[in-house]
Amino acid sequence: MTTTAAFHPYQLSASEISKLVRSGEVKLSDLAEFYLDRTRSIAPRLNSHIYFDANSVESQISVLGERVKAGEDLPMAGVPVLVKDNICTRDMPTTCASRMLKNFRPTYDAFVVERLRKAGAIIFGKTNLDEFAMGSSNENSSFGPVYNPWDLTRVPGGSSGGSAAAVAADLAPVALGSDTGGSIRQPAAFCGVYGLKPTYGAVSRYGLISYASSLDQIGTFARSVIDTAMVYDVIASHDPRDSTSRRGSSPELINSLAHLKSGLKGLRIGIVTELFGSGLDESVNSSIRDAVRVFQSMGAEIHDVSVPSLRHSVSSYYLIATAEASANLARYDGIRFGHRTTEQVNQLKEVYKYSRQEGFGREVKQRIMLGTFALSSGYYDAYYGKATQMRRQIARDFNLAFERVDVLLSPVAPTTAFKIGEKIDDPLTMYLGDICTLGVNLAGLPAMSVPCGYDHQNLPIGMQLIGRPLSEKELLTTALAYENEVGSSLKRQPAL
Amino acid sequence: MQFEPVIGLEVHCQLATESKLFCGCSTTFGAAANHHVCEVCLGMPGTLPVLNKKAVNFAIKLALAVGGKVREQSVFARKQYFYPDLPKGYQITQFDRPYCEGGTVQVNANYSVDLIRIHIEEDAGKNIHEREASHVDYNRAGIPLVEIVTKPVIKSAADAAAYLRSLRSLVRHIGISDGNLEEGSFRCDANVSIRPVGSMNLGTRCEIKNLNSFRNVERAITYEIERQKELISSGSKVIQQTLLFDAESGRTLPMRSKEESHDYRYFPDPDLPLLHIDTERLAAVERELPELPLAMSARFIENYGLPEHDADMLTQDRDVASYFEKSVSATDGKVPAKIVANWVIGEIVPLATEQKWNFLKPVISCNGLAALLKLIGIGTISNKIAKSVFEEMVKTGEDPQSIVNRLGLIQVSDEDAIIKVVDQILDDNPDQIAQFLAGKEKVLGFFVGQIMRASKGKMNPGLVNTILIKRLESRRG
Repeated sequence: MTTTAAFHPYQLSASEISKLVRSGEVKLSDLAEFYLDRTRSIAPRLNSHIYFDANSVESQISVLGERVKAGEDLPMAGVPVLVKDNICTRDMPTTCASRMLKNFRPTYDAFVVERLRKAGAIIFGKTNLDEFAMGSSNENSSFGPVYNPWDLTRVPGGSSGGSAAAVAADLAPVALGSDTGGSIRQPAAFCGVYGLKPTYGAVSRYGLISYASSLDQIGTFARSVIDTAMVYDVIASHDPRDSTSRRGSSPELINSLAHLKSGLKGLRIGIVTELFGSGLDESVNSSIRDAVRVFQSMGAEIHDVSVPSLRHSVSSYYLIATAEASANLARYDGIRFGHRTTEQVNQLKEVYKYSRQEGFGREVKQRIMLGTFALSSGYYDAYYGKATQMRRQIARDFNLAFERVDVLLSPVAPTTAFKIGEKIDDPLTMYLGDICTLGVNLAGLPAMSVPCGYDHQNLPIGMQLIGRPLSEKELLTTALAYENEVGSSLKRQPAL
Repeated sequence: MQFEPVIGLEVHCQLATESKLFCGCSTTFGAAANHHVCEVCLGMPGTLPVLNKKAVNFAIKLALAVGGKVREQSVFARKQYFYPDLPKGYQITQFDRPYCEGGTVQVNANYSVDLIRIHIEEDAGKNIHEREASHVDYNRAGIPLVEIVTKPVIKSAADAAAYLRSLRSLVRHIGISDGNLEEGSFRCDANVSIRPVGSMNLGTRCEIKNLNSFRNVERAITYEIERQKELISSGSKVIQQTLLFDAESGRTLPMRSKEESHDYRYFPDPDLPLLHIDTERLAAVERELPELPLAMSARFIENYGLPEHDADMLTQDRDVASYFEKSVSATDGKVPAKIVANWVIGEIVPLATEQKWNFLKPVISCNGLAALLKLIGIGTISNKIAKSVFEEMVKTGEDPQSIVNRLGLIQVSDEDAIIKVVDQILDDNPDQIAQFLAGKEKVLGFFVGQIMRASKGKMNPGLVNTILIKRLESRRG
């Protein structure tokens, strides 16, 4: 990595950057130049960015400079943030990595983007994803796949692959993603960073382009628990524009974490037995077992806990998510915005048919078809109806588990990052890889991917911590205790 | 074979909220195309609906007014179909769990129509077709509606129209809708079928859309019943289809050449939580519910001694009813309520319709009307003179007393003065006296006319009559 920047904040945390900017120890322009240089040289190799514009960054920092000078309260002053390209930004295109929205520029900022700007963050660019967030490998992007910074022949995970890869490669200290069935946690695990999927409703979805409304949740990527808390504090807030937004999400996490006592005495951790079954890589298993011993050594009680209905989570998820998607994606009809066919058409129907045929990729079409079928007259009860029943059962089973323990622990994914092209023609295997993460979305719980080791190929491994609704504080506390205990010994950087 | 029609009606009624059902856009009618739109009602990616609480309260008001059962938890669902006027590719409506079930619309003391359900939904936009291109105006997209569905219990076109008039008057009365047919805030679809008299089964039904006046509802249903009777009598079958009423030809015509059976794939909208309506909220809305038209009509009959017809007329519109009551009270008991009713029904309402008044700001105030009627009551002017004073009030806005003074319209009740004129007229018309004395009582009218003309209508007609007869009798042989 060569850079001519006067300031070299490589691997600096968001909280350190904000401190340095506020104290005036570092000039915003030097900071920006470092990240601009780094992005120019590395982002194309990862294909992590869909949109990146130095002019936009420069105009943001000139406004921000004034606000810093004026002494505004800016908890994220100068922190570069990357935003998954399914989250609306007023001044940048928002494509969902789809041909359908290739030239789409929203007229408004998503709630989370508003909050970030208010907190003094710099929106540094928009990251690549699986089209409309549908996928687990970031191979379903009309902008091409994202490459894992730890091994460029491998996937970064998905659907928030661009954000995960970019944070791992320090193209920004933090990024936003969205998680419908694991789309933050799995890429975080594959890329060796922290990924938080908050409680459903803790972060407003206003401005997040819907895939499956009852499962979608915006969350964070970061290289530390403290940075995770910083971004969560900024974006978690009640929003009257989202009817599913909850009150009582508890920001100010960063302050409570600062006063964390060491040790986890009395914390009851449940090992989700169903998620340690066959198909789990031995390297993943042993790495997580090591983490369990670390927790034990810090005073936590370890219990085996069963969440039996989880074995139905894949089928339940792929019916509910696709059903909702089939309706959410109906608005892309070529009439008001997005791609419209240039074919000569004679009938209105053909405008719909060709625009959608040309605008959507294969996986998106597959899921729309599946969802349309699941809601069709005569099939509704057997598919969508059953799936929602099973969803309630999964939530009940989690509740029961949380009567016995405070936090649940499992792998994030059964394997480490797989090769690009390895599973793309085998959707079922791909879907089954989501088994560890889907239940959390179906039950609306908060969960976090925490880096906990590497396999023999130096690929990162993540463990999943799952909490009760709105227990982000407990989750982050647990993760921070672990990070403090073993984090430094696990710290590696991808060789780029 | 004898047939009887079976009719069910669906009314889409716009709720009179200031903003749309799921966003803050204005609902004002008549704006330039696509001026009352935002990201939400245009269905832009990433936007979410937020339910308008006032619209729900209005809907609850209607449910209470018809005695429907309000669900504690109802569900908003997505009804999916592709059409350019539907921005999201689905309409947010209520499907299997509507907020209100049952209820009855009381048309008059003897006739009522049972409802199946009422549900809340958003309106779609409007397609505008021109020769070269089609356009869409989304001002209407997201406007709050209630859909009111009757059971198939209506037996004639006239009953259907009567039900619609009552329903419209009800929604206006309780203040939840302006019920304006021309602006599309009260729209009706009719489901019509026929069956042999005595049969319990329903025949194949046709749905008639585009009924934009009560008269057209009656015409369309009447036509459709005959069409179906002819079909069946000639051995054919009624095909279930959607029809449009063509007001010009008075016929119903198929809307689509081939009937498409839509699968709307309804499912609960995950962007909206369950709609909770608890008993406190019901009670709060109930406290705002005004006296309903039928109860009010009964009270008018009881308290003011009005005939049923008058009471019904006055209570069709809450503002008219309130105008009447205020006017009665402004007469301080010096004018019978029936007289006030006659004037309100016979003069005020037609004038208001003609001049498009808002009854809240009437051109003739309640006090003005009362003052005029009091002048009749105390004999200052006759009923006939009062009509010209009224016209003058409308024209100039003056109070009735000063009009009477200015134009010298005070009624003559001085007997000597009247006798003088009567005698003069009698002297001038000996032939007619002879006719009267010969038993032709009709001639009285001639004399009254002459006398009133001579006095420019100012003489007290009662006195004129009495004196005239007395003076005529005195000339008998």
